[in-house]
Amino acid sequence: MTEEIIIAGFGGQGVLSMGKILAYSGVMQDKEVSWMPSYGPEMRGGTANVSVIISDERISSPIINQFDTAIILNQQSLDKFESSVKPGGVLLYDPNGITTPPSRKDINIYKVAAAEKAAELGMAKVFNMIILGAFLKVKPVVTEEYIEKGLQKSLPERHHKLIPENLKAVQAGKELVEAVQTL
Amino acid sequence: MAKELKLMKGNEAIAQAMIASGCDGYFGYPITPQSEVMETLMAEKPWETTGMVVLQAESEVASINMVYGGAATGKKVATTSSSPGISLMQEGLTYLAGAEIPCLIINVMRGGPGLGTIQPSQSDYFQSTKGGGHGDYQLFTLAPASVQEMYDFVFEAWDIAYKYRNPVLILSDGAIGQCMEKLYTRDYVPRWTEEERRANAPWGTWGKPASRGHNIITSLELDSAKQEVFNHKLQAKYRVMEENECRYEEIMCDDAEYIFVAYGSSSRISMKAVQMAREKGIKAGLFRPITLYPFPKKALAERAKQVKGILTVEMSAGQMVEDVRLATECNVKVEHFGRFGGIIPTPTEVLEALENQIIKG
Repeated sequence: MTEEIIIAGFGGQGVLSMGKILAYSGVMQDKEVSWMPSYGPEMRGGTANVSVIISDERISSPIINQFDTAIILNQQSLDKFESSVKPGGVLLYDPNGITTPPSRKDINIYKVAAAEKAAELGMAKVFNMIILGAFLKVKPVVTEEYIEKGLQKSLPERHHKLIPENLKAVQAGKELVEAVQTL
Repeated sequence: MAKELKLMKGNEAIAQAMIASGCDGYFGYPITPQSEVMETLMAEKPWETTGMVVLQAESEVASINMVYGGAATGKKVATTSSSPGISLMQEGLTYLAGAEIPCLIINVMRGGPGLGTIQPSQSDYFQSTKGGGHGDYQLFTLAPASVQEMYDFVFEAWDIAYKYRNPVLILSDGAIGQCMEKLYTRDYVPRWTEEERRANAPWGTWGKPASRGHNIITSLELDSAKQEVFNHKLQAKYRVMEENECRYEEIMCDDAEYIFVAYGSSSRISMKAVQMAREKGIKAGLFRPITLYPFPKKALAERAKQVKGILTVEMSAGQMVEDVRLATECNVKVEHFGRFGGIIPTPTEVLEALENQIIKG
């Protein structure tokens, strides 16, 4: 199993930390992982993306341009990465702010209204964990038990009290995700 | 600091490795994309645990001269920077090589020339392996291709530096520096005691016992005849390194008809291109130099005998390709593919370049 993922959205949406939690969960489940951010003069409100690979084998390149799954959190990222999903792959997006939805016919498309749900729950900060839950429902590359361990490892201890809230958000994402197009 | 499985960035791994390998002092000046090195050191506060000194100098020029001063006493001293900062250090590097001072320098390369960009690049190969500073000298140059190697090479660098009394350069780039991967940490190697330092660096300026004369650390010699004798000695040392210390990795080369030659992050991208090529029925392989100086000429020449063509992949306009052509003595077609200025090539592009420049070309 090798899952090559791009997570892309606005800076400040928790794109990089979501990737980190996913990668750490992979480590805890004894997988090979890589986490490669687009770094640079990015800032809050600008775009941010990270490639995460989770695999049972040695990872060749952490730098990739074709993805099994694209997790898309804004229109710019959709425009940029829709064409990079491998045929038969998965595109998961939050419809919030999306004016031109994905149009490819050869991929599986899912949506999750995570921004709306986060606002409804009054927990804007766990937006990315709702997305993560939705992804794991579609592609269970790591199990929930290891997500908890990944959170413990990637969050500083003073934030460990927030873990239950994060896991609740993962659960919400799993329930919320809906298929738009499946092959 | 026992063995442990972690997930961290290449830059963080460098900092953790310095502490764990018993480094005595770090002097640096912040620059993207390697700022996490000093950030991690400052967060870890090793001066409270191992006693390692961490100091932010006023500039790269100051850093490298602090390295000169500290390492001249036989202490294990390091600095890190990125391309423009390493350019500022070149005077210090040639002095360190000329004075035969073991130390560790790490360059996490970014795009140039000039201040350039802050994204990954590999355009400092010439600077690293062909001088950079003036005079006939060589830095022992290691090229890590993973977070694990960023960590491990710090430990190995000390051994090489003291074995040969020579500065060691770890030549990395922003992609490996910023990427997070799994890392197995090592047991803590304690900092040398005073006695160990004197034993490991008998040439150091740590005081003058009555039993011997003064230890003098200098790169100045006013008598040309003596300078030539010394330069012969340096060259002899470099020949020994070339004979004994070449390192490389070959992946899927046994039956390869075409090979990529690439180091650092380009080798990872090329590895992916090898997998994609194999899926298409193209027998591709990867030859990865791990030491850039000494360059693994003999091994590459040997491998080149069986292949129909070689593509070097570098994030530069073509630098290592010259060493590949020299090593293979033009017995086989060697072409270069590169993206630069901070652009990272994709595995797809690399495979297309192999097909267009080598297989069809």
